[in-house]
Amino acid sequence: MQKRIAIKNHLEEIQLTTRRSIVAFVIMLILISLLILRLAFLQLMQHDLYTTLSKKNWLDIVPTEPTRGLIYDRNGVLLAENIPVFSLDVIPNKIKNLPQMLASISKIIPLSDTEIAQFHKELKQHRRFDEIPLKYRLSETEVARFYENQYHFPGAVIKARLIRHYPMAGTVGHILGYVGRINTEDLEDIDTTNYSATNYIGKLGIEKFYEDELHGTVGYEQAENDASGQPVRVLNSIKPIPGNNLYLTIDINLQIAAEEALAGSRGAVVAIQPSTGQVLALVSEPTYDPNLFVAGISNQDFQTLQQSQDKPLYNRALRGLYPLASAIKPFIALGALDTGVTDTHFSIFDPGWYQLPNNSHRFHDWKPKGHGRVNLSQAITASCDTYFFELGHKMGIKRIDDILVRFGFGELSGIDIGEELPGVVATPAWKRKTKDLPWYEGDTIVSAIGQGYMTATPIQLGAATATIANHGIRYVPHLLLKEVTGKEVETEQPIALDPVVLQNNDYWNTVIQAMEEVITSPLGTGYRFGKNVPYTIAAKTGTGQLFSIKKRDKNEKAAPQMTLPEHLRDHSFFIAFAPVEKPEIAIAVVVENSVLAGSIARKVLDYYLLGPPKPETPIDTEAGSSRT
Amino acid sequence: MTFSNRYPRTLPPTANVSYRSFWQYIHVDILLLTGILMLIGLGLVILYSASTNRVAVIENQVFRFGISLVVMFIFAQIPPIVYQRWAIWLYMLGVILLVAVLIGGHIGKGAERWLNLWFIRIQPSEMMKLAIPMFLAAYFHKIHLPLTLKSIAIAAIIIFIPVLLAAKQPDFGTAIILLVAGSSVLLLAGLSWRLMGTLITLALTSAPLIWYLLHDYQRQRVLTFLNPEHDPLGAGYHIIQSKIAIGSGGFFGKGWLNGTQSHLQFLPEHSTDFIFAVCSEEFGFMGNIILIALYMCIILRGLYITMNAQDTFSRLLAGSLTLTFFVSFFINMGMVTGILPVVGLPLPLVSYGGSSMVTLMASFGILMSIQTHRKLLTT
Repeated sequence: MQKRIAIKNHLEEIQLTTRRSIVAFVIMLILISLLILRLAFLQLMQHDLYTTLSKKNWLDIVPTEPTRGLIYDRNGVLLAENIPVFSLDVIPNKIKNLPQMLASISKIIPLSDTEIAQFHKELKQHRRFDEIPLKYRLSETEVARFYENQYHFPGAVIKARLIRHYPMAGTVGHILGYVGRINTEDLEDIDTTNYSATNYIGKLGIEKFYEDELHGTVGYEQAENDASGQPVRVLNSIKPIPGNNLYLTIDINLQIAAEEALAGSRGAVVAIQPSTGQVLALVSEPTYDPNLFVAGISNQDFQTLQQSQDKPLYNRALRGLYPLASAIKPFIALGALDTGVTDTHFSIFDPGWYQLPNNSHRFHDWKPKGHGRVNLSQAITASCDTYFFELGHKMGIKRIDDILVRFGFGELSGIDIGEELPGVVATPAWKRKTKDLPWYEGDTIVSAIGQGYMTATPIQLGAATATIANHGIRYVPHLLLKEVTGKEVETEQPIALDPVVLQNNDYWNTVIQAMEEVITSPLGTGYRFGKNVPYTIAAKTGTGQLFSIKKRDKNEKAAPQMTLPEHLRDHSFFIAFAPVEKPEIAIAVVVENSVLAGSIARKVLDYYLLGPPKPETPIDTEAGSSRT
Repeated sequence: MTFSNRYPRTLPPTANVSYRSFWQYIHVDILLLTGILMLIGLGLVILYSASTNRVAVIENQVFRFGISLVVMFIFAQIPPIVYQRWAIWLYMLGVILLVAVLIGGHIGKGAERWLNLWFIRIQPSEMMKLAIPMFLAAYFHKIHLPLTLKSIAIAAIIIFIPVLLAAKQPDFGTAIILLVAGSSVLLLAGLSWRLMGTLITLALTSAPLIWYLLHDYQRQRVLTFLNPEHDPLGAGYHIIQSKIAIGSGGFFGKGWLNGTQSHLQFLPEHSTDFIFAVCSEEFGFMGNIILIALYMCIILRGLYITMNAQDTFSRLLAGSLTLTFFVSFFINMGMVTGILPVVGLPLPLVSYGGSSMVTLMASFGILMSIQTHRKLLTT
């Protein structure tokens, strides 16, 4: 019986456990199905999402900086390059005690207050794990000293980077401008993607104007990172496209010659190739070293530049607004001829002053005793004010302004550097608007000798001079000669402007001949600058009066000029082109509080047309009593 | 006293002779062994990648498998009747060692799971994985089924003493496995569905109490499981990175050795607890299906052995060991895929290292013993 029960039990137990095993298997199948559904959900349905997340985990796109394009002069002399410098970078989140670390670093590598201040400024702008430059331009000894002590400074690294360098320093400072660190203002104007690896941007001059050409295109490195953010390897990379190399129209030797000629004065020299509008030299003195600005100029240096009486940061060639004085006369003469107000024969008698009908006020000629009987050519050659007072009176302000505007005064020359000012071609409306005064006839009279409200920049004057040399054909003065993209060379074509077309083409010759006589005629105001000149020059001098015109009214001699305080002395102007038959160069020289414009112009012309000066050049550089 | 009436067609005498031949003689179930070896093989392939191509890791793992296979072979030689007789002593020894470890752990002020005995290190909770089902099966075998309330209560005590001791270590993962090992015997022994429902309800309602008993890091794991994004760089990091690894694998996977999540160290514990994510990333959905299929083959063979076993002890023990194996890989896959909380259980036969491998192989040895020590037909 017991056995039977046992067997019965046994069979029941077998059946029970079998049943339960099957139930368990079903449960397992259900659970496994759930798991497979879960896997299908993650791996099939959400695959794209997780692929993105996975890539975000390990892929890091690191932008690589393109090399900035180089800048050369027209003959291939390097003006702007990129040189490697060593900088000391600090990664803040790897450092426990930053002030202490800075203190101990400064024991082996001296740190200036400016550098520390700049570092703290950048510290706020960067993420904790970025490398922040602490000091630029380490010397080789400093680099060596750091490496010896490197183990003291985890989180500090020496980095080699390319930095902009201008080997010609100040000589081309006013042309090239400089690059500086990108600031918030810059960020608004640039494609931030393309600048993601770039630290510097053109701030001024050519560097700014041709920023797009010089910058190039950013490259990328796809880096594989591990979980701690350390790059493991570079997967693939798109190489950055370097910026284009620029060749400027500047002839650096001529630029240096002009700079040397102008050295010690405040002023500007503009030299233009008339047949193309290419700017051969563009000098503004004094100048500054653009290299100072590249790594961030120190406050002290900046204050020195800013507060200097000579205003070295001020680009006189483009922004200096000067009354043109007698240098305006060739343009007025052309206007007078073109409007029929005068002709080659019309002459007046100059007693030394001019008087309007029904007015007792006398407008004095610079030559107290007068030039006697003069026609147009003689008036230009000897710079007779009285003759031009008469022309001014006859033309009226409208026709005076008209010829000036046709030569490009009163508007931007369009030179590819920006910054320039348009100057003023004064009209009655302009005077009412800015001075709230009516236009007097006297304003018209003095406008004819460039002493009114009209102002112009040296670049405008240079371009206008080139226009005379070209018999009216006008080009935008420009600095870019050619752009080199890899092996491709893109040469800039001259940009023609509306030419100055006169009623009779002979008028050009009349005025140019008179300008030639400025140099060749003993009566010419530039006679003393043209001694022994082996080529032909057409020129016009000018003297801008700063000091009270009334003194002249008392018929005082010009000699006291030298006795005046320097900053009250007259400005001198000189425009010229040469050779007259086939002009190769047109120049405009402005020298503040000095009479040197003519001699400076002669040096520049000699250099360009004759080559480097022989030891003894017979140029009279003595400050004389030459007056317009 | 024969089963011939129950299995009239399965084992004709001639077939038995051939079946008994070699494998039967050395007490190895060749089908189970084949499944295990295939899984081990695939596991080594995955581990090679997960360990970032370190041959030393593979050598270690192969060495462990070697030892485990020897253990399995030894366990297969022991007839089930011996297990049945010794079950109670094994269980008692296990409990004593667990207590000893706990005391030692208190002295060591930390999680202590090991017991150092001269030359060998014993993890008592691993031992309990075998001892609990063995003891319960022996107990039920002795008192006969169906279960009475008294026997269920005694079984509950048998289960909970080691479970609580293990949880106190604290080794949450093993505690769960011990609980599963014990309850699976109850399930197979015919615990009534109603009672099971009641117990589950009871367990759920006592959740706050369990919450109170949990260690901080265990609570953190539960919280993280409920909302991994809540702390993406802290506690949720594991599970988020694991899901990224799995999801980015797609259908075909990124290819062997090409998993970025594991090779670039984004996936934590990628050669141990989270190795399934590596498999998912590199072999994709397809690879996972193959892996799961291999596991299920072993489960099927285990259930076959269970249902073919001749006495209640063997059937309960074999069934429990099979179910426990299922639960251990299911929990691992569940936690790696984010459907279960992270409890720190390795993926059996694939994860690197672990004493659990020896225990697991021992349990396969027991299964083989049950299968090959059957008294066939009449005696």
